[in-house]
Amino acid sequence: MADSAETSPEVMLQFYRMLYPFKSIFTWLNQEHAPKDLFTNREFAFTLKEDVYLRYNCFSNAEELKKQVCALNPTRFEIGPMYSSRPSERKLARSVKSGKLFTPLKRELVFDIDMTDYDGVRTCCTSAGICKRCWAFIANAVRVLDSALRTQFGYHQLLWVYSGRRGIHLWVSDDEAMGLTDELRRAVVGALTVIEGGKEMAKKVNVRGMGTKSHPGDLPPSLWHARDEGSRMWYPLLDDQECFLSEDGWRTLLKLVPDKKIVETLEKRWEKQPGIESSKKWNELKAEVKGTGARNLAALEDIILQYTYPRLDAEVSKHRNHLLKAPFCVHPKTGRVCVPVDPNRVENFDPNAVPTVMQLLQELDKAGEGANWEHTSLKPYVDMLDRHIVGILDDVRRRERARVVLQHDLNW
Amino acid sequence: MYNNSDRRKFDPVKFDSSKSANSFEWPFRLNFYDKSPWYEVSLEDFERYALDRLRVLAEIESSFARNRSWEELKSVTTRQCKDHLPLNSSSASTVDTQTERRNDHLGHFVLRLAFCRSEDLRRRFVKAETALFRVRYESDDTKERELFLQSRDFKWTEVNSEEKLQYASELKGLGIQQTEEGVPTTERLYKVRWTQVPDLVNKRRVLLKDGWAYVPSKEQLSIVLRAFEANLENALDSTARSIMRMDGDTRLTEILNHMSRGFVAGVASEYSGPATGDEIRADMVDDLAKRHFPLCMRNLHECLMRDRHLKHFGRLQYGLFLKVLGLSIDEAIAFWRKSFSNLTDDKFNKEYKYNIRHSFGLEGKRANYPAKSCQQILLTDKPGPSDCHGCPYRHFAPDNLQTSLLATYSSQGLTSTDLAEVMRTVKEGHYHVACTRVFEITHAAAGVKKGDGIGEGESVTHPNQYAAKSIEIEKAQQGDAMVIE
Ligand code: SF4
Ligand SMILES: [Zn+2]
Repeated sequence: MADSAETSPEVMLQFYRMLYPFKSIFTWLNQEHAPKDLFTNREFAFTLKEDVYLRYNCFSNAEELKKQVCALNPTRFEIGPMYSSRPSERKLARSVKSGKLFTPLKRELVFDIDMTDYDGVRTCCTSAGICKRCWAFIANAVRVLDSALRTQFGYHQLLWVYSGRRGIHLWVSDDEAMGLTDELRRAVVGALTVIEGGKEMAKKVNVRGMGTKSHPGDLPPSLWHARDEGSRMWYPLLDDQECFLSEDGWRTLLKLVPDKKIVETLEKRWEKQPGIESSKKWNELKAEVKGTGARNLAALEDIILQYTYPRLDAEVSKHRNHLLKAPFCVHPKTGRVCVPVDPNRVENFDPNAVPTVMQLLQELDKAGEGANWEHTSLKPYVDMLDRHIVGILDDVRRRERARVVLQHDLNW
Repeated sequence: MYNNSDRRKFDPVKFDSSKSANSFEWPFRLNFYDKSPWYEVSLEDFERYALDRLRVLAEIESSFARNRSWEELKSVTTRQCKDHLPLNSSSASTVDTQTERRNDHLGHFVLRLAFCRSEDLRRRFVKAETALFRVRYESDDTKERELFLQSRDFKWTEVNSEEKLQYASELKGLGIQQTEEGVPTTERLYKVRWTQVPDLVNKRRVLLKDGWAYVPSKEQLSIVLRAFEANLENALDSTARSIMRMDGDTRLTEILNHMSRGFVAGVASEYSGPATGDEIRADMVDDLAKRHFPLCMRNLHECLMRDRHLKHFGRLQYGLFLKVLGLSIDEAIAFWRKSFSNLTDDKFNKEYKYNIRHSFGLEGKRANYPAKSCQQILLTDKPGPSDCHGCPYRHFAPDNLQTSLLATYSSQGLTSTDLAEVMRTVKEGHYHVACTRVFEITHAAAGVKKGDGIGEGESVTHPNQYAAKSIEIEKAQQGDAMVIE
């Protein structure tokens, strides 16, 4: 697989010079064609070889950004917030008398989902590894979050980006989302976080309201969709991952069942027959639960959520000034490009089929003199970003028109 | 202290006298403080109303630090407001409500100037002000409150029954709306942008559709408080910007600095003692110290007994404390003379006697110096390595503090199990709250309970207040129920 030659400095420089879509990235961040503060006051941070980290860079336009990226040739670069003044002039802005402050004002609402957070539930790979099979978890996370942000929060400018290795990022560019304070970001994260508690905590889903002795609290309606999606993928997931096949696996499952009698019955049975596959075990559990009341049924729902609900890296989303790797960067270990992902076809996405930087450069070579990304397999991905940008620009124009109309009305 | 009564204008606040005559300027008791108070004020008023308010806010802060329940906080705050910050409903016909409201408004604005200057102060100020607003909101005249709510645009719309029906099952799932045979109940439901109720969204307590939150009327307060908070945050932001450009008016800056410090240590009432009503003689001090002094004074006393000497700031802190406690000038001279037993009479008379008389206002400027409050002790004249003054809760290393607490107070009931709580409070920077807790623990035998503080839930803000209360409790216990002012 990828070795260091794959992402050598020469290769990276070629990639930035010939392939990286600076223009599209600029327009996406700037939300307009003519440069404005959304781009010019934006922080860029560069990671150079030997872990040198350069923060608070900013640029007037796409060309300047490209020039600097090519000059520094970073292994990757990250995007931060738009500040109240240019990040390069932050010292001046911070000095008391200027009357300006240096604070982050706007920033896409971002999310980071990483496969390592699923190590307790996936059985195919561990830590850095990822395969088509683990991707089922990511795909479900995309479906659930995408829908929650659209239907509940009313956001529509969502860009999903493969993180280059074992996870996925989301960038939300709606006007309201851009302006959310840290406090509001925390609220979004709170509303979307279901899996809580560390390794030592068996039951990680505690989302129900107050219940009574016989009746558990209701599942909040905002999680109904996630529950349904989880149920939909449940049997295929069990067949694929066999979460309850190993003794560890089924014991973990039984820890989540509140009814002691059921636990004892199944424990006895499964100890004697180690080979029962996961879906069969689940059916047996369901059969035991049947008719024993709402509490046990609720526990089943919670179990499905615990194994399927998106696991967010909350810290990334909570702060406006958190830096996140730019789309189309190259993952230094895999050489794969961080390409956009279509949420509607996310189950078909194969992380191992994502073009590597070497592959792209070869395609470029073959295409001959004067070729650019359009002549490589990067094209569909840049096109996807460009289509996304059209949506954002439309939004901006609509807002602008509404504002003018409002002003007109007022003047009148 | 600040007795300057020049009449002058303050640039960032822009006071203007022309409107103050309008008696309907403050139609409601509740106020979002959108407008600057446009009238001229004296520097005296400027400081006075702000300090009154600060006292209330500082107590709210320490209520948070002491983990009081909302009900407790409410009753403590209500009591404090009655003394320092009265604000009556319009129906209170015997009171000049307009003046009360004007002062309330003014105090709030001055404190904005004092608290806009750092992120931390802003956050704490917003939190305390919002709590104060909530206390008033909950105690407000229902009719007046309704009118107040109508007077502002909270950007909510009432949800009609059609929509209620559409989302019936989800609303039921949240337990906020029941339908009876398909007809929604009459409970009101408000629709607001979700950003207006982040807390409710965070806890999944509202229905969220397309960025709109459906809020049941029992959570209406959340919307109002959030609006108050957001309003104040914005205001502090712009105040911060404008104050940066304010010329260095040292007089004003001094007052403002003084106030923002008030949050760190609470705001002390002036202590003009003698708090016990009895004269205290020099030979009583040692005994009183062991039974009634707060840790700072215990420490000074022990240093003095051990070293037979105290350095300048130590003498000042302890000397003024003893004066206010009730030591007369003659007794004070006797006390210090005896304590400095290594000195010759000549040296004592030359170098120390004058200073003692000076601190009693008998020499030099003849000013009657007040004893230092916790705030002053906590924040001024930071002790050096060989000094004994300061506040042990703040200035001792954690290990030393624990040892010293046990050594000093275990005879009064403090055990090592109490330390964890005290040290946690110290770690959070609430030194006087830790001191208050120690007071409670060491007076538990006399019936003082957790949360009682030094009476009516108040926190320690002055060492003399600590000692006076301790003596008072002892007297009451001895059946000599003498009431102390
Ligand atoms: S809090 Fe005040 S009374 Fe208590 S020890 Fe510190 S300075 Fe003394
Ligand atoms: Zn895998």
